[in-house]
Amino acid sequence: MTASGLAALPLLELTVVLPLAGLLLALPLGHHGARATLALAPIILLVTALLCIEIMWSGAPIERVAGGWDVPLGIALRADGISGAFLLTTALVACAVAVFQAQGGQDGGATRRSTFWPLFLATWGALNAVFVSGDLFNLYVALELLTLAAVAMVAYGSTEAAMRYLLFALSGSLVFLLGVALIYAGSGTFDIGLLGSAGAGDTAMTVAAAFMTAGLLAKAALFPFHAWLPPAHGNAPTPASALLSALVVKAPFFILVRIWFDIGPETSGVLMQLLGYLGVAAILYGSLLAMRQERLKLVIAYSTVAQLGYLFLVFPLAGAAQDLPWTAGTWSGAIFHALSHALAKAALFLAAGIVIEAVGHDRLQGLAGLARDLPMTVFAFGIAAVSIMGLPPSGAFIGKYLMLTGALAGGHVFLAIVMIGGGLLAAAYLFRPLRLMLLAGETQPAKAIARRRQVVPLLLALAAVGLGIAASLPYALLQIGRSLTATEGIE
Amino acid sequence: MNPALLFDVALAALAVVAALSAVAGRDLFASVAFYIVYGILIALAWMRLGAVDVALAEAAIGAGLTGVLLIGAWSQLHRKGATETPPGPSSAARLLAAGASASVAVLVAVIFVGLPADGAGLAPAVRENVAESGVSNPVTAVLLNFRAYDTLMETIVLAVALAAVWSLTRDELWGGIPGLRQHARDGGVLATFGRLLPPLGLLVGVYLVWAGSSMPGGAFQAATVLAAVWLLLVMSGAMDEPAIGSTAIRLTIVAGPALFLAYGTGGAFLGTFLGFPADVAGMLIVAIEYVLTVSIAATLALLVAGVPRRQE
Repeated sequence: MTASGLAALPLLELTVVLPLAGLLLALPLGHHGARATLALAPIILLVTALLCIEIMWSGAPIERVAGGWDVPLGIALRADGISGAFLLTTALVACAVAVFQAQGGQDGGATRRSTFWPLFLATWGALNAVFVSGDLFNLYVALELLTLAAVAMVAYGSTEAAMRYLLFALSGSLVFLLGVALIYAGSGTFDIGLLGSAGAGDTAMTVAAAFMTAGLLAKAALFPFHAWLPPAHGNAPTPASALLSALVVKAPFFILVRIWFDIGPETSGVLMQLLGYLGVAAILYGSLLAMRQERLKLVIAYSTVAQLGYLFLVFPLAGAAQDLPWTAGTWSGAIFHALSHALAKAALFLAAGIVIEAVGHDRLQGLAGLARDLPMTVFAFGIAAVSIMGLPPSGAFIGKYLMLTGALAGGHVFLAIVMIGGGLLAAAYLFRPLRLMLLAGETQPAKAIARRRQVVPLLLALAAVGLGIAASLPYALLQIGRSLTATEGIE
Repeated sequence: MNPALLFDVALAALAVVAALSAVAGRDLFASVAFYIVYGILIALAWMRLGAVDVALAEAAIGAGLTGVLLIGAWSQLHRKGATETPPGPSSAARLLAAGASASVAVLVAVIFVGLPADGAGLAPAVRENVAESGVSNPVTAVLLNFRAYDTLMETIVLAVALAAVWSLTRDELWGGIPGLRQHARDGGVLATFGRLLPPLGLLVGVYLVWAGSSMPGGAFQAATVLAAVWLLLVMSGAMDEPAIGSTAIRLTIVAGPALFLAYGTGGAFLGTFLGFPADVAGMLIVAIEYVLTVSIAATLALLVAGVPRRQE
């Protein structure tokens, strides 16, 4: 098939349409939704991969306007390199989670069997809608869809945690919407491309962007808005935890990147510094709390609090002065970190899910010696842990290396020290459960777990490592449509 | 003093008082009542701003359906004796929240005053293109044509919200009937209204969709009226809620969004995602709106009904 053959298919639209169509199918199907999802997931993965090929092939973002109405009247859908990278990572994680869950995962009774798959597909569709949206109000609608589905999946595990998540997320939505309304009132458009090309704008624009940012921080669980995340991600059912921690919290970060890099409102740098220091606090606080948890899923959940902190270092490192020669590399590093964390974190939660299914709990003290009976799962946990720590050859290593280079080149020595220290802390909190599981011990799994399900987290963990080994292809993809003014990063 | 200005100032003052009473009151039921009053005042404010469509939606959903939901929640709490001592936040938390809200309000006010006075937004672009949209009501043109993608996703949000509510069902009640069986005294007000109003409501609903293409109205407003008819029928005991295990009910929920999505996707293969050819746009939009109305009405009514509480 040629490039023009690909372009003849509405691949961009289909990445959003297919999961949403799936959800409308799965809702009436009830407990047959699992089979429908399993049939649809590989098709969505294929469409997403083809879209990435089309973006690479054409070397430019794919753009459409819904209804054929040009912006600012209509809504633009736009898939650039970063969209493609997030879409593909989402498709890989979602397919893995679907296979893992539908092939005999604990399904928690009649209600969850009949409602999980519509919510799963809604999450997938909402994420994809965020990644291809070129319109601020449309992003608000996509975020609402994402929040509703995510909160409902948390409620399977704990309604209390879901309620807390809902309050944080809805407050975040309202503040985000306030910012969007201010931008529209000031500029008469919601279109990110038009807003970006209109220049930095005035103070009102910066205040509006600050409102949007505050709202998104609550949804992204950046310190000090993290309080909802550990109980929500730590108590949700396994497939939900994997989706939430790997992907759902990345959507608000993705929008922040759109706002501060693609629209680029005027900033004195103070706001960017603030985001960076909140990131530093998240890395330290999340890591220290992860070390003190007694349940495996809570260790992984607090690790998400810490790892999200890294992403926000991109703002002081590359946000304030976008024309420095190393900012493009730093920016790419942060995106690499986000993608690698998505794959590795999904692997960790699925591995933890296997442990819970096998021994019936996830208390660390009761896991000694588990590696003897679940070698593949513990191995997957170990490989994913290497990626979270940011050790070579993982994708996170490339990400951290690019960010470190930028930090040192820009004179941000403190941030560089925190990045290295955070890696050591991650090693500390992940070696604790790993050491216990590898230790000689008495833990006997009560239930055997099929190998075809144990292999799923292993494949995800290997994908996180593979992102680092074959880094040049995703790196090239990320550069397509990148709006930073810097010519080339130092590589 | 100009009487219109006097009315506006009084309206704004009343809205602030109602909002403060809803937030600051100790009595939960009074808070709910003030919240409904606040919704009606805001609907009036939208009328004064000339946004009749928004006023309709605010009155129907903001004051009406949300009011029913809140009163329902209150009566459940009351039955459990949980309304007596609402566990309020500490005074430090209250001060912090008040301070944050006040500074946001001041910031927004400062920005708002500084905005260009001639900022018409997209209104001129909408006026310019409304002739091509198939409908003459600019609000419907925006919702169903210019920004149809947002509306499509919002209808899906509603269906997902219902799935989210259903996901809270206790396992042994999955597929059952939401709410308690309602009975009204024969010949009482509720029983009489339950027979008198529904036919009128049905007529108003059908008319609102049709009217929406040229004047205020449309699928969402009509659906709220139909959902109200549904609620009235249930409350007066004339009809019971359907079991959520029913395939017909679940197909009704997804029919509207599914048709809308299928139409949009068909367009994507033919060249334009969600594109409406100008010469047939009006017909297509009204057709989609009628199916959407049925789905949204059922979804709203079932959202208010809540999780299943009994088996058939």
